[in-house]
Amino acid sequence: MAVLVIAEHHNGRLAAATLNTVTAATQLGGDVHVLVAGENIAQVAKAAAQVGGVAKVRTVDAAHYKDALPENVAPLVASIAKEYSHVLAPATTFGKNVSPRAAALLDVAQISDVVAVESADTFVRPIYAGSAMATVQSSDAIKVITVRATGFDAAAAGGGSASVEPVTATAPVDSAKLLGQELTKSERPELTAARIVVSGGRGVGSAENFKVVAALADKLGAALGASRAAVDAGFVPNDYQVGQTGKIVAPELYIAVGISGAIQHLAGMKDSRVIVAINKDADAPIFQVADYGLVADLFQAVPEMVAELGK
Amino acid sequence: MKILVAVKRVVDSNIKVRVKADGSGMETANLKMAMNPFDEIAVEEAVRLKEAGSATEVVAVSMGPGACQETLRSAMAMGADRSILVQTDADLQPLAVAKLLAAIVKKEVPRVVFLGKQAIDDDSNQTGQMLAALIDWPQGTFASKVKLADGNVEVTREIDGGLETVSLQLPAVITADLRLNTPRYVTLPNIMKAKKKPMETLRPEDLGVDIAPRLKTLKVTDPPSRKAGAKVADVKELVAKLRSEAKVI
Repeated sequence: MAVLVIAEHHNGRLAAATLNTVTAATQLGGDVHVLVAGENIAQVAKAAAQVGGVAKVRTVDAAHYKDALPENVAPLVASIAKEYSHVLAPATTFGKNVSPRAAALLDVAQISDVVAVESADTFVRPIYAGSAMATVQSSDAIKVITVRATGFDAAAAGGGSASVEPVTATAPVDSAKLLGQELTKSERPELTAARIVVSGGRGVGSAENFKVVAALADKLGAALGASRAAVDAGFVPNDYQVGQTGKIVAPELYIAVGISGAIQHLAGMKDSRVIVAINKDADAPIFQVADYGLVADLFQAVPEMVAELGK
Repeated sequence: MKILVAVKRVVDSNIKVRVKADGSGMETANLKMAMNPFDEIAVEEAVRLKEAGSATEVVAVSMGPGACQETLRSAMAMGADRSILVQTDADLQPLAVAKLLAAIVKKEVPRVVFLGKQAIDDDSNQTGQMLAALIDWPQGTFASKVKLADGNVEVTREIDGGLETVSLQLPAVITADLRLNTPRYVTLPNIMKAKKKPMETLRPEDLGVDIAPRLKTLKVTDPPSRKAGAKVADVKELVAKLRSEAKVI
């Protein structure tokens, strides 16, 4: 049987995490189909058809899928899921919102945040903020899964030539409507897709002081992140949060500035290739996972680093 | 307007939980337990809505062993009026919890159900969405702001790119994110008062719900560990190493 991937897309573009989800799907044995639901989605459908490893793109173009509301998307997914052995979505706020709703409509469990595929019915996922990895086996006929992007390489965005086939729309549900979005405008790369991430923690002290950390991010062309403590303290918005309950990142380089290294933060970044910690407390747990640790006052070290990088 | 709040008993968030030596699960015996932090936020929001006059009654629900009574007492100490325990020693997975909650929703007929967005033990982030599907209500997940009106509720949601606001027709399911509110500290008089508030105990059989688990945990292991690297003396050395040794910049 084939495997279905629910595509996440915004403004005519496939979201990056969809590509990692396709890679996970290719490990399950069976053709990979991608569902693109939305309004005016021709461009996204074309992009999805070019993704390496995708055999078929299934499209549905209707106004009630425009805002990706789970009240409409979940019944759509459920309406075609019986043709598939697995239904996968990226473990983003989109996938986390839609996928469990679809699973319940199908009367099956969801396996959340899968980081490895052991076999067609057995998967590995982190529990307790990544303090442990659980290997779980599903007995359901349809396996509904959300995929943690950092566990799988991105599928090639080009080179594929999938067929495109329309799906019948489900009846519109009007119990929810989108009033508006307030998206963080940033020139910086997106956190989960960035090659370098610079994050600040409680040690940064204030929203104003975050400029110090931002300057380093900008010097490196990096994304800017934060610990939950910094979000809790109101230094930065929640969408900067890296950790168990925020975003999961695994960049080439992660620089933690003024972050002590609580388990819940480590859960979001410990798969980074190289970790740098700058903290004035030599005993901070962040140093236990850092490849390079610098015990220093961040307000001296960070501007100095910006200057040094300019040399 | 009646509000139902679901709360889960988990290991206290300040405790580091370890994998059992035989790899069968986590070592949770004798650890300090507490209400799941996101559920605390959910209870707080419900209680605030009652205090603001938007809700008339707040009913807390929990599921699991008898010790969940403590969690329900905490919810009532925060301000919930009464509580329901669905008592079972069985392994309850999110789909089963959602089905049990759906059965309670049919009995209690609340206008809003609040839950935490995820529990910090299994990190599933499913139950609210599953409940909404089973009872065919709209859902406002990862809520950072809730504005309750007559026939609808406006929920501002934390999404990957920032925030979005949805309008949901009531009745609706809402799951709480971190910034929705800061839960109150419970005071001793309120803890005493909570002891006198009513608590009903049900069994899954009473609700006619099949709670059989769908997922079997084959093993639990430690995550791949990272070794601490070296300390560098100064910024100059750090930048030099990042350039020549790690080759990341």
